[in-house]
Amino acid sequence: MTDEPLAVARQATSVVLESVTKDFGTNRVLKDLDLTVEAGEFVSLLGPSGCGKTTALRLIAGLEQVTAGVIRMDQVDVSRVPTNKRDIGMVFQAYSLFPHMTALQNTMFGLQMRKTPRADARRQGMEALDLVGLADLADRYPHAMSGGQQQRIALARALVTSPKVLLLDEPLSALDAQVRLQLRVEVRRIQISLGITTVFVTHDQEEALAISDRVAVMNAGQIEQIGTPEELYLFPATPVVAAFVGMSSLVRAVVRDGVAYAWDIAIPLIGNPPAGDCEIFVRPEHVRIATDGEPGIHATVETSTFLGSMRRTQVVADDGQRLTVQHAAEQHLDVGDSVNLTIVPVPVAVRK
Amino acid sequence: MRTGAFYPSRVTRWVIAIILGVLVLIPLAMTLEYTFRDGKSHSLKHWAALFDPANKATYSPLWTGVTNSLILAVATIVIVLVLVAPTMILVTVKFPRFRRVFEFVALLPITIPAIVLVVGLSPIYLVIGRTFGTGAWTLCFAYGILALPYAFRAIQASIDATNVTTLAEAARSLGASWLNVVVRVLAPNLRSGLMAGSLISVAVVLGEYTIASLLNRQNLQTSLVVVNQQDAFVAVIVSLLALAFCFILLLVIGQLGRMGSARKERS
Repeated sequence: MTDEPLAVARQATSVVLESVTKDFGTNRVLKDLDLTVEAGEFVSLLGPSGCGKTTALRLIAGLEQVTAGVIRMDQVDVSRVPTNKRDIGMVFQAYSLFPHMTALQNTMFGLQMRKTPRADARRQGMEALDLVGLADLADRYPHAMSGGQQQRIALARALVTSPKVLLLDEPLSALDAQVRLQLRVEVRRIQISLGITTVFVTHDQEEALAISDRVAVMNAGQIEQIGTPEELYLFPATPVVAAFVGMSSLVRAVVRDGVAYAWDIAIPLIGNPPAGDCEIFVRPEHVRIATDGEPGIHATVETSTFLGSMRRTQVVADDGQRLTVQHAAEQHLDVGDSVNLTIVPVPVAVRK
Repeated sequence: MRTGAFYPSRVTRWVIAIILGVLVLIPLAMTLEYTFRDGKSHSLKHWAALFDPANKATYSPLWTGVTNSLILAVATIVIVLVLVAPTMILVTVKFPRFRRVFEFVALLPITIPAIVLVVGLSPIYLVIGRTFGTGAWTLCFAYGILALPYAFRAIQASIDATNVTTLAEAARSLGASWLNVVVRVLAPNLRSGLMAGSLISVAVVLGEYTIASLLNRQNLQTSLVVVNQQDAFVAVIVSLLALAFCFILLLVIGQLGRMGSARKERS
């Protein structure tokens, strides 16, 4: 076996899904899905439950077989390669450490399956535990660890064999909020330091945006849009993406000559939607309190939530439409206050 | 809430234990006493007779029966561990939609009286007799079916208590073959169920009479009936010894299990 430490990982691998279709009985879960994950890239599959994101991940892992289409790793078709020969590392949503093995024995398992000599396996296992900062728990059994510790060990176990690709199936969703934040930063740090190609499945858009190079928003078995977190947030290509990524208020508007008009405010559009009545997605940070003379909306405050660095306030416009406004925390709005608001003219997505 | 509300008090527990103990022990004690009877007094005469070389011919069916039953017990355990348990794991992990059907089939033998089972088994045993011979060990196929419902319940309880699917998928993703998944990952976690399943199979095998008798094979129970007609005392003694054997087996297997887990924790 190699003597090189874990940190000097092998050449990164690209993962490609070509027109992948997956049926469970008569239920078509993935429809002609195309996805390319570049070597060393961190891509998240984001979507509501039932959108097919976990199925896509399990197909890459070989835990399910494609109905049609091809999965390639570094151009090699692996669609029919069984899971144990695919050279992947995977962390599951459910705690999956082997209960009868210590942390170290768990991390050594993958190496033993590859017939690594015991002493080497032990050393590399310890290195992997070190990587996730839990070397001192080497002799601890899973039942004596917290959920966060178990998932870290699971990550170490998945990485110890220097796999071609790391697959993360909602590994953080069973953890409490604080541990989740810590661990997602750590996952990203380790991923960057190893340069390992990673596919991450989550239904938490904040998590996906925070951690990924690119995010693929999935819906009904297809990818709605794939792009950097910024692209998805600022230029959602479809109503589904606009609704799922970030917060928005839906506002009635009219499209005329490639511009949307809501409350007489001209707002540029993403893409080229047809003229006529529609609804536009307005981000809370793009609604602000109007200065005198600006075109805008008169509205009444319904609720206001303090979020530390800022405040989010729900208002009802005089025509009955509801809007969320994000503003400085110091600016205190009381329930029942009346305010004049305006919309910042940044490009918006449209729903017919 | 006070836990005492849910658990009987210490006294109640002792009373229950003593009543149950007495109910179990009195018949055993009476049986034991019976083996010592010698006219109006007691002696070790019948026990001595059992081991007296002069009676070898009389008791020889007994030793054949004991040997056959032990072989059958081992063979049935092998069937449970090598065939039933892996199948159950496979159904759980790979074919969960067949689980209900499988459970139904596995529990079926409990509802079919042995005498009815024999009617179906006898033509099959004609074929088995032609291919494998008529040795008593061939009964293990029938006993595997008889033990199936009990072994199934015991093992299924363990499977349900363990996240078998995730553990298997994790092991697969780490490069384990299915054999390694079963032997190195799942079996240690299903140990209590596998142990209980094996034990209960041994109990079923040692107590089985109908099928062996009707298929004309000798096992412990059939030989006890034969010997009982010549010497009731010896039959009772051997029954007692068989019971004691099962009891010791239970202790030994339990102890082995504990040692196995202790060793793992040390390494």
